[in-house]
Amino acid sequence: MLKRIPAIEMSGISKRFPGVSANDNINFKVYPGEIHALLGENGAGKSTLMSILAGLYRPDSGKIKIKGEAVKLRSPGNALEAGIGMIYQHFRLVSNFTIAENIILGTKNKKIGINKEQIESDIRSFSSSFGMEINPADKIYQLSLGEQQRVEILKMLYRGCEILIMDEPTTVLTPGEVKELFKILRTMAEQGKGVVLITHKLDEVMEIADYVTVLRSGKVVGDGQISELDKQSLTRMMVGRDIVHSQAEGKKQIGELILAVDNLNVKGVRGNRAVSNLSFNLYKGEILAIAGVAGNGQKELIEAIAGLREIESGSIEYEGEEIQHYNVKARAVLGIRTVPEDRIGMGLVPNISIMDNSILRSYLQDEFKKGFLLDYPKIKEYARQIISDYNIVCSDIHHPVNYLSGGNLQKLLLGREIDGNPRVLAAAYPVRGLDVAASEDVYNLFFHEREKGTAILLILEDLEDVFRIADRVAVMYQGSIKKILEVENTSIDEIGSIMLGAEVMGEQYAEV
Amino acid sequence: MPKFRLIRREENSTLVGLMTPILSIIMAFVLGWLVLDLAGFNPALVYRKMFSGSLGTYYAVSETIVKAIPLMLAGLAVSLAFKMKLWNIGAEGQIYMGAFAASGVAVAVGDGSPFLLIPLTMLAGFIAGAAWGFIPGMLRAYGQVNETIITLMLNYVAIYWVDYLVFGPWKDPKSMGFPLAPILPSGAQLPVLGDSRVHLGLIFALIIAVIIYILIQHTRWGYEVRVLGESQAAARYAGINVAKNIMLVMLISGGIAGIAGMIEVSGITHRLQQDLSPGYGYTAIIVAWLARLNPFAIILVAFLFGALIVGGYAIQIVGVSFAITQVFQGIVLFFLLAGELFIKYRIILIKEEAG
Repeated sequence: MLKRIPAIEMSGISKRFPGVSANDNINFKVYPGEIHALLGENGAGKSTLMSILAGLYRPDSGKIKIKGEAVKLRSPGNALEAGIGMIYQHFRLVSNFTIAENIILGTKNKKIGINKEQIESDIRSFSSSFGMEINPADKIYQLSLGEQQRVEILKMLYRGCEILIMDEPTTVLTPGEVKELFKILRTMAEQGKGVVLITHKLDEVMEIADYVTVLRSGKVVGDGQISELDKQSLTRMMVGRDIVHSQAEGKKQIGELILAVDNLNVKGVRGNRAVSNLSFNLYKGEILAIAGVAGNGQKELIEAIAGLREIESGSIEYEGEEIQHYNVKARAVLGIRTVPEDRIGMGLVPNISIMDNSILRSYLQDEFKKGFLLDYPKIKEYARQIISDYNIVCSDIHHPVNYLSGGNLQKLLLGREIDGNPRVLAAAYPVRGLDVAASEDVYNLFFHEREKGTAILLILEDLEDVFRIADRVAVMYQGSIKKILEVENTSIDEIGSIMLGAEVMGEQYAEV
Repeated sequence: MPKFRLIRREENSTLVGLMTPILSIIMAFVLGWLVLDLAGFNPALVYRKMFSGSLGTYYAVSETIVKAIPLMLAGLAVSLAFKMKLWNIGAEGQIYMGAFAASGVAVAVGDGSPFLLIPLTMLAGFIAGAAWGFIPGMLRAYGQVNETIITLMLNYVAIYWVDYLVFGPWKDPKSMGFPLAPILPSGAQLPVLGDSRVHLGLIFALIIAVIIYILIQHTRWGYEVRVLGESQAAARYAGINVAKNIMLVMLISGGIAGIAGMIEVSGITHRLQQDLSPGYGYTAIIVAWLARLNPFAIILVAFLFGALIVGGYAIQIVGVSFAITQVFQGIVLFFLLAGELFIKYRIILIKEEAG
């Protein structure tokens, strides 16, 4: 067998940021035609390493070779010339431009004037050679996120990119779109391109990648052919220990009805109807997950339940009492607690102390009052108790809340809400951006609440989580709930297709 | 060539937070030296005059305090609004309205006990200033109208209103044609310290600083203001009434600036007159920022700016225009804003790696 030359070879790469060693003496190789997964938890150094490759950061030390030749990547433009393109989670597209305009934007075309038809037909044939069917004259804002991602890929390929780096590409996609993406990546690999996938999702790695490199705390802790590895060993490498997925032991008997939402209509920020004719029942001691592609009214639904968004029509009944006209405070007092999607900015107040944040929802309670002043010794004690009860890692409760990591922020927020003894707990994307260990901690808090009989409503984005966490799943599409299913009686495929608007047989929404 | 790079600080450094305003002032003097030199003056001489004129004698210090008192009050006033990210740049107008109401009430009531007249005029000053703050506050709370523009425009309305009064209906027949309103009854005049012009307003300013500190740091309402200043969404989530608090803060902010107007009238001029404030309301903005909105630091910084103003008068003797003090203020603000960069970022020197 011939000795293959790697398309990219990074050796001894180190990069320090204040206080952390993001990359520590990392060696990393990608061969042509290979789909290479870069696996690791948040903060493991994946993005830093790839940003170095994309010319965004410069390493403190180490060498980069492309096709065996040493190079210096000083800018993203530099990297692109060397054939390396990176696609970020937030797309870099001009939404009022057409696909064709976005693709040629910034290319070094010396000619004055553009032959639109010529370019569009060029792009059309170019894209079909990778199995992508697009209309180059479509404007970006007309496209779904999956389609926009395809435009990003095309943009890179059109510029002669040989190595494509994708940062968490499946986060924004529906299950169907993920399959589509993987097909495109396969085609690219067959044509000799190298693909690097930055991800923390094991299932994706097992499904699509040929080779995997695992990072932990800025170091390579393992690598190998996917065919020779299994999920268990990869998890161990990634987390440094075995994760025992906590399943709720013996699903509990679902309790009585506590929250009934009937024919709810809510307007979104732009005045569009975000939630339309939505109905569901929530019972004590259950976890009801809401599945759906982001932007189908989930955020507005949670805000309507919290009392943060006015409803147009419909009713929300809590313990038989209509509460849709109660304000946030009144609902919180009744026992309806919400964990908003926007952790720092809504759920927590940026730049003020951890201590002050711990009383955001209870600062009016008499226990924190002394005369007409706030009783800070007591508040301090309370904050310390939250910190210890919910295992929040923090060096000083007087520090601004922003000093906490994502997982600790969420534990503080969730812990604070749980501490208010909720009877209905609704949370939007509670584990977004959290690593495996922190996600487990958060889910365990929900399990514990369910044990106590709290009714829990969760908006989740990962369908695997839905099946692991929830008792029932409600699928949301275009502002209404299409179907509610027991998780035992359904499959990811079924939910995935309802999420995309597949017609639901039978009644409008099924009551279980 | 060495290269520099900015790195975001993990923690805001207290040392840098303290050094930035101090260095800004020092740099202003360095740059001021250049300006004076270019203008053909002897900078060393000018600075010496400035220092001795503002801090060199008992009289100089007392005059510096006199100028610092309205700056303290107006600085405290705007700092309260700034805490909530409400850009009240209308302290100047609120000062004039406070002065107008205080003088109007005092003259109308006539002479009486200072224990009655001083609280009464103070209340009048507070209410008039508060109204002047409440208008933009209400427009902001219910109409999303930009408070910066409204407060700025209301300044002109207030200044010209006072002009109208002192040139017209309120003109004192005994003023021999000068645009001056009648003298306040002696019971409404603030007592002074010894033979200086330092008046009771200093005590008012110190008390208000303490009250603001306690209000903001130790009460439920202060907690609401701090939450609102950082995030309206979080405030709504906590059940805080956003509109009510915007109006309330603008009202109190305007009211305190109104008291600054009242003490100028009853402590210094003893009558309503044109050009009552040489821009105290604007200088107060710089004072509040230099003090990083800390009420006690505002007292200190106001004293410093008082010295700058009095020093500015003193250097007129050697032929330098008073305008130079405004140049100084501008330069200080300039360095202060530039200094924000160093509070948020560290600068590191990077070496080009070999090979």
